[in-house]
Amino acid sequence: MPNTLYDKIWNDHLVDQQADGTALLFVDRHLVHEVTSPQAFEGLRNSNRKVRHPKLTLAVADHNVPTTDRSKGISDKESKIQVDTLEANCKEFGIKLFGMGDKRQGIVHIIGPEQGFTQPGTVIVCGDSHTATHGAFGSLAFGIGTSEVEHVLATQTLVQKKAKNFRINVEGKLPLGVTSKDVILQIIGKIGTAGGTGCVIEYAGDLIRSLSVEQRMTICNMTIEGGARAGLIAPDEKIFKYLEGKPMSPKGKNWENALGYWRNLKSDDGAKFDKEVNLKAEEILPMITWGTSPQDVITIDGKIPNPQNEKNEDKKNSLERALNYMGLKPNMAAKDIKIDKVFIGSCTNGRIEDLREAAKILKDKKIASHVHAMVVPGSGLVKEQAEQEGLDKIFVNSGFEWREPGCSMCLAMNADKLKPEERCASTSNRNFEGRQGRGGRTHLVSPGMAAAAAISGSLDDVRKYQN
Amino acid sequence: MQKFSTLKSIPAYLPIVNIDTDMIIPKQFLKTIKRTGLGKNLFFEMRYDDKGKEINEFVLNKTPFNKSKILIAGKNFGCGSSREHAPWALLDFGITCVISSSFADIFHNNCFKNGILPIILNDDKIKELSEYANRKEEIFVDLNEEKVIYGNNEVRFKVDPFKKQCLLEGLDDIALSLNKSKKIESFEKDLKSQKPWIFND
Ligand code: SF4
Repeated sequence: MPNTLYDKIWNDHLVDQQADGTALLFVDRHLVHEVTSPQAFEGLRNSNRKVRHPKLTLAVADHNVPTTDRSKGISDKESKIQVDTLEANCKEFGIKLFGMGDKRQGIVHIIGPEQGFTQPGTVIVCGDSHTATHGAFGSLAFGIGTSEVEHVLATQTLVQKKAKNFRINVEGKLPLGVTSKDVILQIIGKIGTAGGTGCVIEYAGDLIRSLSVEQRMTICNMTIEGGARAGLIAPDEKIFKYLEGKPMSPKGKNWENALGYWRNLKSDDGAKFDKEVNLKAEEILPMITWGTSPQDVITIDGKIPNPQNEKNEDKKNSLERALNYMGLKPNMAAKDIKIDKVFIGSCTNGRIEDLREAAKILKDKKIASHVHAMVVPGSGLVKEQAEQEGLDKIFVNSGFEWREPGCSMCLAMNADKLKPEERCASTSNRNFEGRQGRGGRTHLVSPGMAAAAAISGSLDDVRKYQN
Repeated sequence: MQKFSTLKSIPAYLPIVNIDTDMIIPKQFLKTIKRTGLGKNLFFEMRYDDKGKEINEFVLNKTPFNKSKILIAGKNFGCGSSREHAPWALLDFGITCVISSSFADIFHNNCFKNGILPIILNDDKIKELSEYANRKEEIFVDLNEEKVIYGNNEVRFKVDPFKKQCLLEGLDDIALSLNKSKKIESFEKDLKSQKPWIFND
């Protein structure tokens, strides 16, 4: 019987299958960060359990770390306790950790691929919903809760039920100035935030194949915003080339054998998908979100929706609630939305290509005088690379702040946050109420669009600044 | 984990769709290294004003709903971040059953690990049950029978049999999986010979 890529990875990781469909799945790679792990380690200690495979686990502090000068450590007491706790736990249980002073430190979903820890055909988990990012490598990668983190630490397995197969095909070529961020925003707008519930999404089609490794990560990253458990893309030569020679990638004979296995990782012809959606790349335009859910998308040429046009009472209410929170009027043009802040970073768009894309727009330009803008590279290595290319200078000359790596204003757990009613063009992934600070208003955009907004001082069309 | 079998309570009704885990427990409370004590911060931004004072109109601030053990909410409950702090906060507040027409996957899973029963019912039934919240009348949840009883009516729901058993008996997932350690070992042995690169040795 022809199988999907998800079926294949699933079958290859089955440790046990109960009659009711509950399965025990082997976990090849486990990423750990400071926020969702302390209670898991405590659980292990309380029941006298060990970490079954410390070598299959990699830890990093990212959510709480300051993005400004770190020489004096973390000033927020609670953040410090959490980061210190992670350090102590990793030491006690023998887990490799990239500490705050390590240049390999960064956002957990950025360092995994960078180190070659993320590999095709593996099952990868992390106590973090954006684990879906790693699906770009053709791995089955998904977020888990803290109890499950404890379960994986203790058993290197996870209790799971098989999800449905959902394929999204994107064919064609993207218009100038349109990026993979616009593609995924468009997809979420189309399927809705619960559209993928109970499914694993495979992204396919010639547009997806034409994307770079990093662009693929942006798409898989936001799969969770479409409600799916995981998103993945069949690995190809681009992926193998990316991984070759990375510190934790297989070496020598292992590399050859791994390649042989990886090359077969694709959905068979005629494999059955429970659900399919088709998109034409040519029809995708630069997108923004206007509301408080990632499905609230419009094109940059678009207008804010009018609740009066909505017949369904629940939908009308939620539209009104979102407009009210966002401080927007119905029918307003997207380009008339004035912004206060710009944030470029996060596991969605904090990689080198994202910074290049934004820098290309910002080169020799100044940001609007009322805008406060910052770039937070996704990792120390991204930062280093960007500095080698001189991108930091372009950002700083245009008026951006150039920060240390971490999650930063993506969720505002550290000092970087919006004030009430402040409005931000952000390259992150969630525009929920209060996500970037209480009362803060978030518009999700691509890095190029964030740069354009910084220059114009309002949401604007990146194509205007394209040479 | 605490067992769950039956539950009787006046339900609280929160008619909002897409309630995300940031709303259930905002990030400033994720800095804890404990599982307990989060109940007072449940739905923090809806529950307290800028000065930290309780907002009287918010349902969980009103009697008798401040004692509700059952929460009824709009669809796609628990979407967003995977934080298990969301069910911990609900549990610490005293809510051990959430009823909605749909749940986000990770949250749904996290509930079962913490002795919380998430029940999926269609929108019509949610409407009927919400009347009980409005009238401040109790409803009754029976996990074993997989039904909710309200007034002279009842509605059946479905739970995964394995998860049901874990809830009913308060079973620890990890202990159950460790009972299968023979199988894990043999899987690992095969893996080492077939895909040695996984272990990096
Ligand atoms: S960058 Fe944002 S979404 Fe990504 S892991 Fe950090 S907090 Fe989560």
